[in-house]
Amino acid sequence: MDIKIENLSKSYGSQKAVNGISFEVNSGEIVGLLGPNGAGKTTTMKMITQFIHPDEGKIWIGGKQNNDPAIRRNVGYLPEHNPLYDEMLVPDYLDFCATLQGLDKSSIAKRTREMIKICGLDPEKHKKISELSKGYRQRVGLAQAIIHDPKILILDEPTTGLDPNQIVEIRALIKHLGKEKTVILSTHILPEVEATCDRILIINKGNLVADGTVETLRKQTTGKQILQVKIEGADSFRIMETLRNIPSIYSVDRIRDKENYFEILSNPGEFSNKNIYRHCVDNNYDLLELIPFETKLEDIFRDLTIK
Amino acid sequence: MQNPIWTIARKEFNTFFDSLTAYIILIAFLGFSGFFTWFFGSDIFMRKEADLAVFFSIAKWTLFFFIPAITMKMIAEEKKTGTIELLVTKAISYREIIIGKFVACVLLVITALLFTLPYYISVASLGNMDHGATLCGYLGLILMSAAYISIGLFASSITNNQIVAFLLALLIGIIFHFLLDLFAFGAGGFWGTMMANLSVTRHFDSMSRGVLDTKDVLFFGSLTILGLYFAELFISNK
Repeated sequence: MDIKIENLSKSYGSQKAVNGISFEVNSGEIVGLLGPNGAGKTTTMKMITQFIHPDEGKIWIGGKQNNDPAIRRNVGYLPEHNPLYDEMLVPDYLDFCATLQGLDKSSIAKRTREMIKICGLDPEKHKKISELSKGYRQRVGLAQAIIHDPKILILDEPTTGLDPNQIVEIRALIKHLGKEKTVILSTHILPEVEATCDRILIINKGNLVADGTVETLRKQTTGKQILQVKIEGADSFRIMETLRNIPSIYSVDRIRDKENYFEILSNPGEFSNKNIYRHCVDNNYDLLELIPFETKLEDIFRDLTIK
Repeated sequence: MQNPIWTIARKEFNTFFDSLTAYIILIAFLGFSGFFTWFFGSDIFMRKEADLAVFFSIAKWTLFFFIPAITMKMIAEEKKTGTIELLVTKAISYREIIIGKFVACVLLVITALLFTLPYYISVASLGNMDHGATLCGYLGLILMSAAYISIGLFASSITNNQIVAFLLALLIGIIFHFLLDLFAFGAGGFWGTMMANLSVTRHFDSMSRGVLDTKDVLFFGSLTILGLYFAELFISNK
């Protein structure tokens, strides 16, 4: 089941939370929604799940507009802050959610047992939700989102409050689920997106500023090759001066606190590895290290969202 | 597949009994109405008639105060904790949520009234009782409660503060329960009749005397539907 969003806008008072966003998510795709706090990620997810109504724009889920409660049977949703009924027992709560999603009686008990197993809730299954730790609460939230085996999963910051082991487990679970389901997850943990998502959408101040895989985003934002080199054989100022004469090089900087280390940026679309090597041979310098650097997702993110 | 209204109603009803709410309400209701019916003031023995008129006039007031205490958390708490988001993003409509909660509250009131069956049995065994009239009185209590529950749900739907919801429900309630009746006396004429027609007390009193009139049933029905309608309007309008 796919999701199509067209020109979605929502304002709170005079503040525009989401400003004319359009995108599509195909069946079986895991899409990461990235953005600084207050960028409009949560608002967008709340509109997809019909919790709030958009001021403008349309949302299609599996080709149907999402203003019918029956559509929600195909959607599993883990809201931000993961609200739960504290006074209920874990299995009772899952049972309640499954019933509301229209599962029939015979499959409810089976699915509840499965969810307790898949989400690792077994040791805590006799407790009230209010007695659970944050990590287990998060698992209950995830369990209620997937109990009716929805075709679409909307997860708002699914790994907050989990310890590193649990984060790895939950990511693996999301990846596993994403093989058959369409998943949109929001996060501000960048390695999470790289680890789990097929595609990234970056939202800033209500606008969609980037849409693509990690690789395409890297190319889009910085076309410049980055190299870290260590060169000895002369005074470091002299080495810098001569390096700057190489035509393919855009800039040379000394790396702070590191003797004879330089950071070299090439002109867009050009590569300087060979030129640097030749240059060192010609000038009788010793080239000790040459490390190519990939632009980190953090840099792309900062580049797109700080402006 | 279970009807979502019933799923909500069952969950809310169980929650009453999982927390202390239900027990406190039941004990307080039976304590108050029992004390004033059997032991104190113009009690049931002074009337020298085998009916439950004393109980009905006391239950009218106890329910008036207790119902806002039942309804105040129904929606306000869900808004405060954010669980309303879980609920409305499931395959259920706003209307079904409201009606489910309404049904749970009505069932709690009916449970409380069921515990007063011994009153009925005692009085019936003491004298010659008009069973129809008594049944009509009970129906009046249930219909009045339904109207106040819907007002309470409405009050709970416009705020996320339970105390505000409680006070607002009482405030709206006091108009229908008391003020309209009072003003109707004062005003007289056309406006007096209008206000008397909108007074819950007038409609309830006629039912508790054993007069089953469609006018009264329609009045309570309309008030209930109106309250539920506004409750739905307020939770769906974000």
